[in-house]
Amino acid sequence: MSQLNLHLKVWRQNGSQPGHFQDIDAPDIPDHASFLEMMDIVNERLISKGEDPVAFDHDCREGICGMCSMQINGVPHGPEKATTTCQLHMRKFRTGDTIWVEPFRARAFPVLKDLMIDRSAFDRIQQAGGFVTVRTGAPQDANALPIGKEVADSAMDAAECIGCGACVAACKNASAMLFVSAKAGQLNSLPQGQPEKDRRTLGMVRQMDKEGFGNCTNQYECEAACPKEISVRWITKLNRDYAVAAVKDAFGNTRKEAGGGD
Amino acid sequence: MSLNSNIPSGPMATKWSKHKQDSKLINPKNKRKFTVLVVGSGLAGSSAAATLSELGYKVKCFCFQDSARRAHSIAAQGGINAAKNYQNDGDSVHRLFYDTVKGGDFRAREANVHRLAEVSVNIIDQCVAQGVPFAREYGGMLANRSFGGAQVSRTFYARGQTGQQLLLGAYSALNKEIAGGGVQMFPRTEMLDLVTVDGHAKGIVTRDLVTGKIESHAGDAVLLCTGGYGNVFYLSTNAMGCNVTATWRAHRKGAFFANPCYTQIHPTCIPVSGDYQSKLTLMSESLRNDGRVWVPKNAADCGKNPDQIPEDARDYYLERKYPSFGNLAPRDISSRAAKEACDDGRGVGPGGRGVYLDFAEAIGQFGAKTIAERYGNLFDMYERITGESAYKRPMRIYPAVHYTMGGLWVDYNLMSNLPGLHVLGEANFSDHGANRLGASALMQGLADGYFVIPTTIANYLVNQKPGSITTEHPEFKKAVENCTAQTKRFLNIKGKRSVDSFHRELGLLVWDKCGMARTKEGLTEALNRIPALREEFWQNVNVPGSGDFTNPELEKAGRVADFMEFAELLCLDARHREESCGGHFRSEYQYPDGEAKRDDENFSYAAAWEYTGNFSQPTLNKEPLTFEEVHLAVRSYK
Repeated sequence: MSQLNLHLKVWRQNGSQPGHFQDIDAPDIPDHASFLEMMDIVNERLISKGEDPVAFDHDCREGICGMCSMQINGVPHGPEKATTTCQLHMRKFRTGDTIWVEPFRARAFPVLKDLMIDRSAFDRIQQAGGFVTVRTGAPQDANALPIGKEVADSAMDAAECIGCGACVAACKNASAMLFVSAKAGQLNSLPQGQPEKDRRTLGMVRQMDKEGFGNCTNQYECEAACPKEISVRWITKLNRDYAVAAVKDAFGNTRKEAGGGD
Repeated sequence: MSLNSNIPSGPMATKWSKHKQDSKLINPKNKRKFTVLVVGSGLAGSSAAATLSELGYKVKCFCFQDSARRAHSIAAQGGINAAKNYQNDGDSVHRLFYDTVKGGDFRAREANVHRLAEVSVNIIDQCVAQGVPFAREYGGMLANRSFGGAQVSRTFYARGQTGQQLLLGAYSALNKEIAGGGVQMFPRTEMLDLVTVDGHAKGIVTRDLVTGKIESHAGDAVLLCTGGYGNVFYLSTNAMGCNVTATWRAHRKGAFFANPCYTQIHPTCIPVSGDYQSKLTLMSESLRNDGRVWVPKNAADCGKNPDQIPEDARDYYLERKYPSFGNLAPRDISSRAAKEACDDGRGVGPGGRGVYLDFAEAIGQFGAKTIAERYGNLFDMYERITGESAYKRPMRIYPAVHYTMGGLWVDYNLMSNLPGLHVLGEANFSDHGANRLGASALMQGLADGYFVIPTTIANYLVNQKPGSITTEHPEFKKAVENCTAQTKRFLNIKGKRSVDSFHRELGLLVWDKCGMARTKEGLTEALNRIPALREEFWQNVNVPGSGDFTNPELEKAGRVADFMEFAELLCLDARHREESCGGHFRSEYQYPDGEAKRDDENFSYAAAWEYTGNFSQPTLNKEPLTFEEVHLAVRSYK
């Protein structure tokens, strides 16, 4: 194991006050450490010097909860493909490197403190239709509804989304289309999701717009940044589902109140 | 105090249906008047909150994460058991029940386990209806795989992320109810204390982790779905935020803590690589379906490249010791066997604390593509963390703390000894005895939340006057004052050591003395050292910042303070239980071949500890375990 000497430029911000970059030296970082463990070491040193440690979101540290959210050298979750910040390890950096660490930036993700952001917009989008309306205790036997392996596997591809928001942070428009399309697409492509497909699509898309996310202009930065490699084909599907639902809605075939949005 | 477990009378197979028949009903109009507080939003919390709201109760749900979807159930990899017998391999409710009781080393409450096995089949139906994308076969039917401690294939799975998919299912049900107005969600909100009025749980005090505001919430019943206490060991597979605070605070208000010494050490985790390490990463037990565990026969070979160690110089010790279960021996047994191999000087990797999990044979048989389909994401994760490819050389694994079977004592209704306080999922003690089988945690979380509590909570609520206690009650004011005072106390210590440094020290001590193998001597030493460490913590911890704003160090300080108290109970329980069973292995009590030696005559009971005001002298209450259905036997997987 070798040690790295790094220089960090870390975003510091208190709530709605203006933020700034702070220069922090980070010598003697073990290359086996994860990026967040490097931040732990930095914080330990800040605390021992009586300074304010850097606030950042994290929890599972195994790449699945979606809580960690750092923009590292301008890239959400840093340079390694298909990897969350917590799974990024310092062996991917070289001694002497300067590393820029920022929060995910988007109008719909306000900064709470330093690298912590508020992603509750994602929850509200899912509350606007990201479910199958089924009561506990109501269903039939699970195998009474055969679902082809290809369909199930495809839905699973979408379901891998961990809701971290890297897609939004990567997009120059701060669009949430990859997230919304994966969430809607999982259910819209399964037989269980068909009865509510239109109202789900309209509800989620309208809520997304209301939250202040930008439009998709097909640059596919989102797919490149996604730690779970969600494909942009889901955006194509969402656009198609939305077109159908919107036309039906315009002709009065979808109940007005069904969308959950405006 | 005598503990009434409220187990229904009658034959085992009909207890739950009888209990459902006998349970009280509350009419729909009256349900709306009751408020239920649900703390935690993992599988147990989300499923309970959603289902209670569907029934018409008003629900408030709290989680410390920024979204309910991030609760640590999300990280479960392998699968969920259900007695569907879709494979026609002889599975049944009775067999799942039996395997779970045996897997728990005959230290679980039979009636609860039978109910768990019964509702397991409904869970799969429910999840499929929600759109959970379980793995399927080409004909469109659900696929299954095997897990440790079972000789049938009853585990349903969704790639290597079954926990995330099940939690997203429960979270979607929760979202549906939030949208409908039945559930009010409080993310980034941590429970700091339980409020009791005349001995009944009637509310909680929370801290808003963004604004720092300490607030009161009153309810007609409180559900703790707050997970386990594995982070008392500092290094574990738990998420960084997992903590004992909610259950410990309830314990300090009178709830009994049962069997804390039953802690599960998972056999297949990535070994520790340095002292900066913040957590240990699990490699799913499902890998043992295709991976073979071995160490060199000869300690001299440990430093060699595994390729250079010929077949006949390898010790496939699980296959050798447990020929009928082989690499799928239960977790406690596999973990101890790994420890023994390493203690014997035959461990591999840095520090000699590792064994190989080898896929070469499976890759040869099925091809790398099939193996990648089954475990690709796990292999990727392994490579990211260690920099090594498991396609090319065997994984190195070592046991790590993973799950805790102990928890707050509950009766058959999932209610603790404090009326109104219900405890679900990993936070309670009831279903897994001294050891949990793989793919049973998800099953229990969802069973409790979707199917048990919605029926049993009415037995308590029916006798309550809804809304009779409000946050104006003096007990709330008192609790808020205590929490505010604790925050101030932390901030005023201004000591020299960080919260983490104390947590690390506590964790190392507990792992060393109360980990995979325990002795009376070691536990006594730990019990002498813990109060001193706690004392130093309160004198010398450094919590920077203020209480009026986001302050992660302050959050951690509160959790570590509770671990410091809880650790003592953990070691006391481990010292008092003079037998070996499941995850509790006392070196003094073993057979000549190293297997755990249970003492049914003296220890066939759940130890429910009562807080007395003195951490060193809790009162022991015993719930005797009686076995009507299962014949007590030496637990053998040979």
